[in-house]
Amino acid sequence: MSRRRKVAIWLLVLGALHGIVVCAGFFAPYDPVEQDRKSPYLPPMRLHFVDAQKHLHLRPFVYLFQLRPGTFDQYLEDTAQPRPLKFFVPGDRYRLLGFLPARLHLFGADTERIYLVGTDAFGRDQLSRLLFGGQVSLLAGLLGAGFTLLIGWCIGAAAGYYGGWRDDLLMRVAELFLALPWLYLLFAIRAFLPLAVNPLQAFFLIVTVIAAVGWARPARLVRGVVLSAKERDFVRAARGFGASDLYLLRRHILPETSSVLLTQAAILIPQFVLAEMTLSFLGLGVPEPVPSWGNLLSNLQQYSVLVSYWWMYLPALIMVPFFLGYLGLASALQERAEPYKIQRRSLESLA
Amino acid sequence: MMRYLLRRLAHAFLLVIGVSILAFLFTTLAPGNYFDEMRLNPQIAPETLVALRAQYQLDRPLPLRYVSWLNSVLHGQMGFSFAYNSPVAPLLLVRAKNTLFLTVTATLLAWAIALPLGVWSAERIGRFPDRVISWSTAALLAIPDLALALGLLVLTVRTGWFPTGGMASVDFESLSSLNKIRDLALHMALPVTALVLSALPLLVRHVRAAVAEVLGAPFLLAAEGHGIPRRTLLYRYALPAAANPLVSLFGFSIGALLSGSLLIEVVMSWPGLGPFLLEAILARDIYVVIGGVLFSTVFLVAGNFLADLLLYWLDPRIRTERASR
Repeated sequence: MSRRRKVAIWLLVLGALHGIVVCAGFFAPYDPVEQDRKSPYLPPMRLHFVDAQKHLHLRPFVYLFQLRPGTFDQYLEDTAQPRPLKFFVPGDRYRLLGFLPARLHLFGADTERIYLVGTDAFGRDQLSRLLFGGQVSLLAGLLGAGFTLLIGWCIGAAAGYYGGWRDDLLMRVAELFLALPWLYLLFAIRAFLPLAVNPLQAFFLIVTVIAAVGWARPARLVRGVVLSAKERDFVRAARGFGASDLYLLRRHILPETSSVLLTQAAILIPQFVLAEMTLSFLGLGVPEPVPSWGNLLSNLQQYSVLVSYWWMYLPALIMVPFFLGYLGLASALQERAEPYKIQRRSLESLA
Repeated sequence: MMRYLLRRLAHAFLLVIGVSILAFLFTTLAPGNYFDEMRLNPQIAPETLVALRAQYQLDRPLPLRYVSWLNSVLHGQMGFSFAYNSPVAPLLLVRAKNTLFLTVTATLLAWAIALPLGVWSAERIGRFPDRVISWSTAALLAIPDLALALGLLVLTVRTGWFPTGGMASVDFESLSSLNKIRDLALHMALPVTALVLSALPLLVRHVRAAVAEVLGAPFLLAAEGHGIPRRTLLYRYALPAAANPLVSLFGFSIGALLSGSLLIEVVMSWPGLGPFLLEAILARDIYVVIGGVLFSTVFLVAGNFLADLLLYWLDPRIRTERASR
């Protein structure tokens, strides 16, 4: 399979995955912060096609739960109360893409709420929280990667193009940032920023911290490309004709860096999504009640949750397809660049 | 040799100094300090707070604080922890020892698994076992540390195979020395597994790629023609020839494992730098944070230094290149 084809396929996969998260309002049955205090820690409801009388139904249905007699947190499926799944039902109001008011949901039930991935301590629908949480986490990763690449690009281009003491200074600072294990660096920078903030501030704080941590690697790579590009014959020729620095950079040198930037983006985005998750998981990121993939996992830090409510672990698995997609994209993008060599840049993404 | 060593050492030293300055610069950005929460307490007079800040020198300008901190580093204190009311260095040393123990074990184990697996896979490149390994490393690569650690934790809590959390049982002190080792090993099993699994896929892939590149070389064909056994061929001839990129990877893998262990220590409540650092961040105990970050840098720099030494020892090309310069 050609490289172009592979890249296209991975982009398609990623596009579909992100599309689901972007349209979370439609795919999620309920509002992510709406509580159902009567059903805390409800296990996931299983989809059935065959009912108690062994009749086959084409429309999937779930059974409502009833408390196991004598307990207060054990649930049993109540086979007397099947609830068929309805598709394209009107429900909670939401704004598609942030501005289109809508009520249509992919699925739902007529009267009672149904929970396909269970509920959390407040009876909030985990599936809805997962999908809406993805919006926060993925956006943090994407914005973080965008800012990182922008900063790294500017610094790398400046260092590579002007050279001399500017290059030395910038690259020494970059080395400092690369010398730290990145999670420690992330922590250190987060440590010196305010702790108690509202969700929106926290979100931008995280994006800033991520960008501040990650710029050094792309900066070095861009510098390398610029260094070799500025000695190319056509660039020298253009300079001979009297082209200005800015023109040379814009027209001849920076376009050369695009493939490095693309590959870096595919490597950095999942890493930064993970950074957001780690911070939120540890309580340093986006706070409740706004869902994010990190803070959905954070109540796993309680032993009782860990022991009794296994479905609270499911949010950890949702990012696996996303990571797989980005990994595939990154390796497809790298394929042409250096076919069989061990890549310095993938080595560096380790540290 | 000595000159090369000294230059690397000086470089590492400057790096650590730079990181400490960077950490101090960030402290100026910090809004609030450890004593701010006391302002809410009506029983503490404002003058007391001013006095406390003066006592811990938080009211002095940054360069002065940096100099006095450097001074305390020279005296083996690394500043003063507000929360523990004690010098930072002894507090950190205990935790750093635990982190180092965990990380070194995980690094060695990961390499011990990755080397044979990578060589085995490279020998069969493109065939079924190789493809199985490629796919499983890709799958493992897609599972982030956090999910891996939490998954292992959920699994162990539900099955009870290993103790979860901490580094020793409650009755650790009363155990015989053999049982002490067994107890420690049991407690380490979970965090080490998580660390090894998170580091393994990249290591295996790089070993495989490096060895596969060497395997096509004519000198190996010649060696095979001489009737040298397959195993000797692979481990005595091919692996050293492929060692150069792998040794640099070794330096990088230490950094990756340090980052990984930070998270895994928190998740598995291993009494290392991770939970300590997190606690210090939440309490605004700045000297502990700076100390923790500095410790991690020293580990990483030491790891890279070790890799450099190893490379120097393994690769004659580097020796001659340095000597001729």
